[in-house]
Amino acid sequence: MSTPDTSLLPRDTPVQLIDEHGTATPDPDYALPSAERLQQAYASLVNGRRINDQCNALVRQGRLAVYPSSNGQEACQVAAALALAEGDWLFPTYRDSVSVIARGVAPEDAMVLLRGDWHSGYNPHAFGVAPQSTPLATQLLHAVGFAHAAMLRGEPTVVLAMCGDGATSEGDFHEAMNFAAVFKLPVVFFVQNNEFAISVPLSRQTAAPSLAHKAIGYGMPGRRVDGNDVAALLAVLQEAVDRGRRGDGPTLVEAHTYRMLAHTNADDDTRYRERDEVQAWVARDPLSRVRTYLRAEELLDDAAEAAMTEEAEGIAAELRAAMNADPELDPQELFAHVFAERPASLEAQWELLHDEIERTEAGA
Amino acid sequence: MDRHPRTETRGGDAAAGSGIDAPGTASTAEHVVETMTMAAALNRALADALAEDERVLVFGEDVGALGGVFRITDGLTARFGERRCFDTPLAESGIVGTAVGMAMNGLIPVVEMQFDAFALPAFEQVVSHVAKLGNRTRGDVRMPMVIRIPFGGGIGGVEHHCDSSEAYYAHTPGLTVVSPSNPQDAYSLLRAAIASPDPVIFMEPKKLYWSKGVVDTSITADLRRASVVREGSDVTLISYGPSVAVALEAAEALAAEGRSAQVVDVRTLTPFDDETVSNAVRGTGRAVVIAEAPGFASVASEIQARVFEQCFEVLEAPVRRVTGFDTPFASPKFEHWYLPDVDRVLDAVDSLHWEG
Repeated sequence: MSTPDTSLLPRDTPVQLIDEHGTATPDPDYALPSAERLQQAYASLVNGRRINDQCNALVRQGRLAVYPSSNGQEACQVAAALALAEGDWLFPTYRDSVSVIARGVAPEDAMVLLRGDWHSGYNPHAFGVAPQSTPLATQLLHAVGFAHAAMLRGEPTVVLAMCGDGATSEGDFHEAMNFAAVFKLPVVFFVQNNEFAISVPLSRQTAAPSLAHKAIGYGMPGRRVDGNDVAALLAVLQEAVDRGRRGDGPTLVEAHTYRMLAHTNADDDTRYRERDEVQAWVARDPLSRVRTYLRAEELLDDAAEAAMTEEAEGIAAELRAAMNADPELDPQELFAHVFAERPASLEAQWELLHDEIERTEAGA
Repeated sequence: MDRHPRTETRGGDAAAGSGIDAPGTASTAEHVVETMTMAAALNRALADALAEDERVLVFGEDVGALGGVFRITDGLTARFGERRCFDTPLAESGIVGTAVGMAMNGLIPVVEMQFDAFALPAFEQVVSHVAKLGNRTRGDVRMPMVIRIPFGGGIGGVEHHCDSSEAYYAHTPGLTVVSPSNPQDAYSLLRAAIASPDPVIFMEPKKLYWSKGVVDTSITADLRRASVVREGSDVTLISYGPSVAVALEAAEALAAEGRSAQVVDVRTLTPFDDETVSNAVRGTGRAVVIAEAPGFASVASEIQARVFEQCFEVLEAPVRRVTGFDTPFASPKFEHWYLPDVDRVLDAVDSLHWEG
């Protein structure tokens, strides 16, 4: 047996580069990202927040079936997308729509799943974004296999797989971490620890000192990062992506953040958490701290902010328009993609439905 | 032909010599006609697929140095290298889940589940992702992969080593579920499964691994076609996988009694070949479905229902089923009471209203 490499252990406290007051806090291991990168990240944060707010409103208006929002977690969403290069892949969950959009998917295509038009609304290969996974942790294994295939072909692809704190209790989380470490694959496991799995708090998910501590058990580094500090997230995720790209294997990154709203509109979060707790996280808002920093450093002026707001409003307006239109649905599509080539049995079932629709329309 | 013929001296020892030929002796374009076991036919199919298509890879538990607990992957790592055939950590969801990612990224994984019941940890990946990804992405992502599962009893295996789990998979839209009953089909169907753009659950009857037959590697199989394996005019025996042997044996016995039994090997359980099966039953007017799995809510039930629906007007008698009992699979010393056998098939045939 070899001695455990304690450098794999995460720090006692999460990495932070800009504190809650918008002040830069120098770190011995991680440099503050460039001004340009922070400006880009802030613009993306503004869009992300606006998309979250718009989607929450669309649920209330009955235009979306459901929206698991990432309000409060936008820094994680944005950093995950920005850390990846063009040929890389993102494996998101249902809560990661902002990340999916930040990777280039059109907002209305990202909402196809949650609106109920289809189970996924974009071509994964066009964006390097896997379909959003609703079963927990299953997509982590897909990410690992995807990275394995890339490695076998000698391609430089890095895969970033997202999950929440609840998913770290699933068997697939452990199998994915283990496979990735054994085969030394270029995977970044990015856990957004937002303190709750629907209603169940983190204390019921793990007895470990942190989720990042689990990494050493698989022989990979674990990193803890302030999940509301986009600067720290960019630095830590970039390190993990670079490590994967160098061929040094996977990394587990745990971001400490907070889900500001209920799990979805179907959930009442007053039943399981105190308002004071939620209120305490308002002060740690991921947008305001980087904004304060950028303003103080004169890296963001009124004109730039106005332009960002205008862009975000434009995205929201387009999304509203798209969601308020009712696309024509083709019932034949029910049968079209189950197999590459439709079998006789499904052909017969389509005939049955087709006939039923025709009779209904004739009788109407 | 630069291959050496298989030796015929192996008996029941699966470990001996079921492997592929020495590296370099195989030519992918060259076809062979040889007598071999089903295990060797499956091994040959894997080797030929690996040789022909760089995208194909084989992985699972003990499939590398050991060559699989049933030796189906014997010699593949030696011939094709660790990158093409390798052992994984012992985690079935991990095996299937990573295969999903590989298929997304352009490869054709052929994975082995060690035993039927040990495939169950992968069930969520199979049902929620393998079966659905093509549909979920409107065909943008297809899942060309094969999950090989040794299944069924008849080998005296202890608990969890003899289950017939095909109904769970057959019930899942998007999966193609296949089970061969002889070495030729084992070769041709596995090649077709690997070539399919859709995911295939390939259920290998354990008790037939060491059965022998002539395999012509130039013969291709249609993954969506049942096969009439014996012609007959009085009754149609419908079966698949391990039970086809029982059906054929029963047909022999019926011939001795003066009844002409036709035997249909379903081969692909889903998508189901209604045309071949219904046409067969229309020719005889009587049918018995034979399968090892518990009968309740089973593939046998589905076949029975379809034949009733599609052939009712020509049926001389109710379609009967001969299946395993609705009990957990029997321990080795009870197995002979559990498994559908020839006598049970003959009793079912006797009950098909012959007097009229």
